[in-house]
Amino acid sequence: MAVLREEFTLCGLIAGAGAGAGQGLLGLEPGPDPDRVLLTDRGRTATLYKVSDQKPLGSWSVKQDQTITCPAVCNFETGEYIAVHDDKVLRIWKDEDVNLDKVFKATLTAEVYRIHSLPHTEPLVLFKGGAVQTLDALLAAPQQEIENVISDEVIRWSEAFMETQQPVLIFTTEKNGNYFVYVQKVNPNILHKYKLEQEESSHPLSFAAYTKNNILTLLCLYSNGYVYKILMSLQHSVPEEEQILSKSLLLKTVVSDTALKGASLAILDKDHVAVLGSLDSPPNIAKECLSIWNTKFQTLQTSKELPQGTSGQLWCYGERFFLTHGKVLTVIVYKCETSSLAAAVGKLKDTQTSGMRTVSSYVNWNMLQEDDLGSPHAQQSVTAKTESKRTLRLRRNNVAKVQRDTLTVEQLLSDIKDSSQNDVEEELWQFLSNAEMSDFQATVGYIITGLVNRCKTEPTFYPRNCLVQLIQTQGLSYSLCPDLMAVALEKTDVHLLQLCLQQFPDIPEAVTCACLKAFLSIDDDNLQGTNVNLDSVISYIDITLNDQVKKQSATVQNGFSSELMEEDSCDTQLTPKPHVVDTEELCPVGPQKAALLNAILYSAYSETFLLPHLKDLSAQQVILFLRYLQYLYIKCSEKVTMDFPGMLSPTIYQIMDWMCLLLDAHFTVVVMLPEAKGLLFSLHKFVRAQARFYSELNKIEGSLQELQRTKPQKDVGLYSIEMLELV
Amino acid sequence: MGEFQVHRVRFFAYMPAGIRCLAHSPRSARLALARTDGALEVYNFAANYFQEKGIPGHETRTTEALCWATGDRLFGAGLGGDVSEYDLEKLRVKYSLDGFGGPIWSMAADPSGTQLAVGCEDGSVKLFQVLPDKIQFERSLDRQKGRIMSLSWHPSGTRIAVGSIDLLRVFDVKSGHAIQRILVDRHPQGLYRRECVVWSVAFLSDGTIVSSDSVGKVQFWDSEKGTLLETHPVSSSAVLCLAVSEEEDSIVVGTSEGAVYQFQLLPVKWGSAESKWVRTKPFQHHTHDVRAVAHSATALISGGLDAQLVIRPLMERVHGKGYDAVLRKFTFPHRRLVSCAKKARLLLFQFPQHLELWRLGATDSAGKDGDILPVSRAPEHLLQLKSKGPEHICCSCISLCGSWIAYATTSRLHLHRVHLENGSVRVKRVSKVPKLLCSAHQLLCSADSTSLFVASDQGAVHVLKLLEPGRCGHLQTLRPNSGSAQAVYLLTASVDGDWLAAASGDWEINVYSLRHFKPHCTVPVYNCAVTALAIHPVTNNLVIAHSDQQVFEFSITDREYTTWSRKVQQHGLHKGWLERDTPITHITFNPKQPAHILLHDTYMFCILDKSLPLPDDATQLMNQTTLKQLSEKARRGCAHAFKICKKYQPLLFVDLLEEGSLVVVERPLMDIKTQLPPPVQQKKFGT
Repeated sequence: MAVLREEFTLCGLIAGAGAGAGQGLLGLEPGPDPDRVLLTDRGRTATLYKVSDQKPLGSWSVKQDQTITCPAVCNFETGEYIAVHDDKVLRIWKDEDVNLDKVFKATLTAEVYRIHSLPHTEPLVLFKGGAVQTLDALLAAPQQEIENVISDEVIRWSEAFMETQQPVLIFTTEKNGNYFVYVQKVNPNILHKYKLEQEESSHPLSFAAYTKNNILTLLCLYSNGYVYKILMSLQHSVPEEEQILSKSLLLKTVVSDTALKGASLAILDKDHVAVLGSLDSPPNIAKECLSIWNTKFQTLQTSKELPQGTSGQLWCYGERFFLTHGKVLTVIVYKCETSSLAAAVGKLKDTQTSGMRTVSSYVNWNMLQEDDLGSPHAQQSVTAKTESKRTLRLRRNNVAKVQRDTLTVEQLLSDIKDSSQNDVEEELWQFLSNAEMSDFQATVGYIITGLVNRCKTEPTFYPRNCLVQLIQTQGLSYSLCPDLMAVALEKTDVHLLQLCLQQFPDIPEAVTCACLKAFLSIDDDNLQGTNVNLDSVISYIDITLNDQVKKQSATVQNGFSSELMEEDSCDTQLTPKPHVVDTEELCPVGPQKAALLNAILYSAYSETFLLPHLKDLSAQQVILFLRYLQYLYIKCSEKVTMDFPGMLSPTIYQIMDWMCLLLDAHFTVVVMLPEAKGLLFSLHKFVRAQARFYSELNKIEGSLQELQRTKPQKDVGLYSIEMLELV
Repeated sequence: MGEFQVHRVRFFAYMPAGIRCLAHSPRSARLALARTDGALEVYNFAANYFQEKGIPGHETRTTEALCWATGDRLFGAGLGGDVSEYDLEKLRVKYSLDGFGGPIWSMAADPSGTQLAVGCEDGSVKLFQVLPDKIQFERSLDRQKGRIMSLSWHPSGTRIAVGSIDLLRVFDVKSGHAIQRILVDRHPQGLYRRECVVWSVAFLSDGTIVSSDSVGKVQFWDSEKGTLLETHPVSSSAVLCLAVSEEEDSIVVGTSEGAVYQFQLLPVKWGSAESKWVRTKPFQHHTHDVRAVAHSATALISGGLDAQLVIRPLMERVHGKGYDAVLRKFTFPHRRLVSCAKKARLLLFQFPQHLELWRLGATDSAGKDGDILPVSRAPEHLLQLKSKGPEHICCSCISLCGSWIAYATTSRLHLHRVHLENGSVRVKRVSKVPKLLCSAHQLLCSADSTSLFVASDQGAVHVLKLLEPGRCGHLQTLRPNSGSAQAVYLLTASVDGDWLAAASGDWEINVYSLRHFKPHCTVPVYNCAVTALAIHPVTNNLVIAHSDQQVFEFSITDREYTTWSRKVQQHGLHKGWLERDTPITHITFNPKQPAHILLHDTYMFCILDKSLPLPDDATQLMNQTTLKQLSEKARRGCAHAFKICKKYQPLLFVDLLEEGSLVVVERPLMDIKTQLPPPVQQKKFGT
C-alpha cells in the first residue's frame, strides 16, 4: 500500500526571483547524495538543500543581467555542479566556490535544452536542436558545430537512463499538435525517431519513462486524464524509418469528461505512479491534488489535496515528492510497498503506519541523533542511514582511484616528512580509502603525529583537510596526538578545535580552557566565513534572523533608517518578512561562536582541575560567557523538556554547572564589575523565580505522594466484599 | 465467564509456630521439622517438598532435638526430659522414655544408627540402644559439670564431641571418659564476662571439631591436640546452629540475626592439596533467629522463629532446571485449616488449641469487576471452642448446614451440635461419641449432614451417624482391600452420598461405595503425593491434585481416568503451571457450571474450564489482564482452560458459596510478622 507520510516545507519561493512562482521552478535535481537536492529557480539562482534539515547548504547566482536557462545538475563523478545560463554559457563549479562569475565557463555554439547527469557516466548535454553530446566531448572542443537534428520541433520533455551500461536519452518533441519521440543512444551514436499516435480530443501533458531489460516504457499522461503506456525496444542498432508508436491505456485518472490541466506524472515503482494535477470539472473550482495510483490494479492508493495550488511540477527522489505548493517548495514523504491484490483493495494490514512512525523525520531530532550517532558530522540524511560519510566517500574514492596501487603506512609517514601539502593530502586520501587494516587506530595516530610534528617545525605547512578527515575517522583521542590542539589553537582553526572538542573524550581542562579563551576572544565577524558545524545551535538560534537583526541594530546605531537597507539585502534571504525581535532574547554571540562554546560546554571536565584555569579568563570574556550562558539557560527553561533538541546541544545541567563554575572562579571580579551588575540582577531574578516555582512544585509533589500513600491502605481491612470477574 | 462476589476474609489470625529443629534424612529424602509448639512435620523432598505428614503439637512437649536413625525411624527429645519415637504411619508419638537427666538439649544418632547419644541438663551424656521396637538405656558417659548443649558423633562412632557452657569436650565412647577438654574463648570484645554457650558442634572425620557459639564465632578445633585451628567471627550475636554436608566440604550455620552463612572447604590455591574453610555465601531470608539448619546434597535448609522454612538450592550442586533449582519458602501448612458451611455461610478456623466460628458478612449492592462493595452486615464472630487438655487439635470440620462441628486431637474425637437461632448461638457437646481405638486424622461431614467420616489409621475410615437432636453412633468402618498401614489424610464424599474417596499416606486412593459400605475401586497409584481430592457433584468424577502439580480426573462409575484427563496427560500441562511453588490444597466445584473446577494453592486460585482448549507453553498462562482488554469476540480465540487469579495472596482457603459468591481466606505475611517478637536489634547505617 502506498501512503503519503508527513509533509514539510523545504524552502519558500521568492516571487521576485525570475518569472514568478506561478511558473514554478526551472528544475530540481538530485544532489551529490540522496539527502541533498539542487534547486534552480527561473531567475538567477541555484541552491543546494539538505532535505532532512530543511537547510540550504549553498547558493550560487549568476550576474544581474543573466538568467539560468538550464537546471543545475550535479556531476556525480566529480561532485561538481553544472548549469547553463543564457542558453549557451556553461558553468561548472564546486561546493567551495562562491561566485559563479569566477568559475569555469565555456561558451557553446548551440542552445542547450538540458543537461542530464547519471551516476557512473559523463553528463549528457541535450541541445535544443536535438543533438546530444557528452560533457567531456563538448568541453574538449566547446566551439564545435552542433548539428540540428529536429527541424522546428520543440522539445517538451527529456530523460536519460543507463541501460546495459550505456546511457540512453529519450526526449519528446512537438510540432503542430504532433508528438514525436526520439531515443538517442550515445555510444555508439544511434537515434531512433518515433511518432506518437494522434488523439483527437486531448494532448499529452506529461511524460515519464523507465527502462528494464532493454525495453523502454514511456508513460504518457493525456489531458483527458488517461495514462497510456508505450513500449519501445532499445535493441535495434540500425536507425529505421520513422515508426508510429501504438499506445495502450494503462490508467484512467479521471472519471468523467473532465479535463486535466497542468498535470505531471511520476513513476514510483513498477506498479505505482503519482499524478499531480488540477481537475477542471465545470461545477467545481479547479482542485489540485497529488495522487498515487496503482497501475496493476488501477486503483487510487492515496491522494492529497493541495488547496494553495501548484505549478504542476512534480519531482520525486528517494521516496520524497517535491512540489511547489503555494509559495513554498513542499516535500512529501511517501512509502510505496509492493503491490498485492490485498494492498490494492486496501485490505492489507499496514503494520508500519499503524505504529508511531507518523512522527516526521525532520521534527524528531532524537531519531536523527540516533541515526547519525556513528558519525556526528556526517551530512547524511535519515534515509541513507547505513552509510556514514566516511565510508561513502571512501567508496566513491575507491571507484575513482581503484587503479592506483596501495600505500603502506611507512611510505606515507616518510612522505609526510618532506612532500608538499597537496601531495600529502592526496596520498592520505588514497591511504584512507584503502584503509581496512586491523590496527586502524594506531595507524591514524602515527599519521596524525607525523603531520602535527611537521606542522610544528614548518609553520607554513598546515594540511587542514587531512587533519579534519583524520579526526572524523573517530579513531583519535587527545592522548594520541597531544600537540594537535595546540597547533590548531595557534592557527586559530576553530573548526578543527570544535571537532576535537566534540570527538576527543580526554581533553585536559587546561586545553579546554585555552580553547574557551580563544573562542571568546575571536571576533564574531571573523567567524562568519568559517565552516563551523552549527548543528548544536540550530535548535534555538534562528541563524538568518540573527544575522538580520544584527544588521538592523547596526544600522540603527549609525543613525540610518533600516528600511532601505533591508530591501537591498532581502534578495537572498529566505524569510519573507523581517521579524520584530525583542533584544532581550537575542543571543549575545553569533551562531558560530555559540556553536563553538557549546562544544566547550559539551566536553568532559573535572571541576577541581578546571577551576584554576578558568581564572585565566579576562573580565570581559567572563561577562560575555556568562551572558551567553544566561541566554542558554533562559532559552532552555522555556522548553517544556528543559532540553534543546538535537545532538551536541548542551543540557540544562551542563549549562548550570558551567554557570556555577564561572561564578565561583570569578566571583570577586563579577561582583566588582559595574557592567556585570545588570546581568547578575536579571540572572538572580530568573533563578529566584524558578526556585520559587519549583518549591511550589515540591509542595504539590508532597501532597500527591501523600495521596498515593493513602490509597492502597484503603482495602487493608479484615473483611471486604469485592467483585471479581474471570473471563 | 464468571463474575463473583468475593468475601475477602483476613480475620483468621493464624500464627504458624516457630521452627525449633530440623533433621534431614538423605536416605529417605525427607526432612523432619519440629516446631516450638511441639508439632512435627515431615517434608518429602522427592514429592516437590510436600508436607506429607504432620503430628499435632502438645502443650508439654517441646522438642529440642530430632534425629533419624536406621533410615526412617524418627526420634525426638525435649526439655521434658523424654526421648520419644514418632510413629510416622499412625502419626502420633509411639512411645516416650525418661532420660533421667533433666531436660534434654541435644541428641544424635551414631553413624550406624544403633545408638542414640543424649545430652542432658545435668551434664551427662546418655547412650540409648536402638532396638527394633523400642530404645533401651545403655549407659552414661562420665558426668561433667555444666549442661550439655550440643553433641556430635565422630563418623567412626568411637568419639563424641560435646558442647557445653564455655567449653568443648571429647568423649571416648568405649571407655566413657572425657579425653579432651577445650576452653572456648568467652569474651569476644572488651571486659564483659559473658558465658559462652556452645550452641552446636560437628565432629568431622579428620578429627576436626567445628563449634558455633553464643559470641558469634564459628571455630575449628583439632580434637587430638585441643588447639584452635581457625576462627571465623560470623555475627555479633549468637551462631545458633550448624550442619555439615555429607561430603564434609560444606557447612551451613545460622545466626540469631536471621542470616545463614555457608562455609566451604576450598583449596588454598588452584590445584593445591592444602585446603581451608572459607566463608562463602551469606543469605538473609529470615528476620528472626535461625534456630535450625540442615544441609542436603543440593540445598541449604534453614528454619527460624519466624516460622519460615527456607530451602535455598546451591546452584553449583543442582543439575538442570528442576523443582530443586529454585529457592523455596514455606510459611503455611499444606493442610486445610479452614472449613466452610456453604449453606449457612459459616467459616470454621482451626487453631492449635481452639476453634473459631465466624459468620460471613453480606452486602446488598452489586458492582462490576474490581469494585469494593459496601458491607451491609459485618462478619460476626459466633463462637470460640476451646479444646481441653494439653493435646493440640489435629483436624476439624463443620457440616455444610453449619449445625455440626467436629474436631479431633490425637486421642479424642469431639463432636458438637450447634443451634443458630435468630442471632444467638447454642452449642451442645455430644456426650457419647463412640470411643474409637485409634486417632482421627481427617474429618468430613456428608453433604446432607447425616454422617461424619473419620479418617483413621491403617487406611480405615469410620462412618459415624449423626442423629438429631445431638446424638451419634458408629455405623461402619471402611477398610481398603489392600491392607494399607498408613493413615488416611484426605477425605472427600460425593454430594449424592454414594461415594467416598480416601487418600492414605502411601498415596493410595480408595473409593468406597457408601450405599454398600464396601470398597468400590482403587485409583491407580501415582508416584507423587496427593494434595487434594474432590468428587464432582454432577458427574461424580474424582478430581485429584498431586504435589508435582498434576491434575487427574477419575471416573468413579467407569473406574478409569476420564477422556479429559487423558487429554491433559497427552497434551501436558503448561510449564508455568508445573513450576508453581505450592501444592493445590483444596478443590471445589461450581454446580451451575459443570465444566469448571476451582483449585487453589497459596498464591493463586484457578478456575479450570474443561470446555476450553489447554494452553501450550507458548501461550501466556496468566492471561486474565490481557483477556480483559480484548473484545468479547477476541477473547474467545485467546481464552484457555486456566483462569487464574493472583489477586488474593497468600491464600489459606477458597471455596464457592451459593449464588456465585466466593470466600477467600487470606493471611497476609505482614500480619504474621507484626505478631512476632522483635528481632535482634541490628544497627543499620543511617538509622
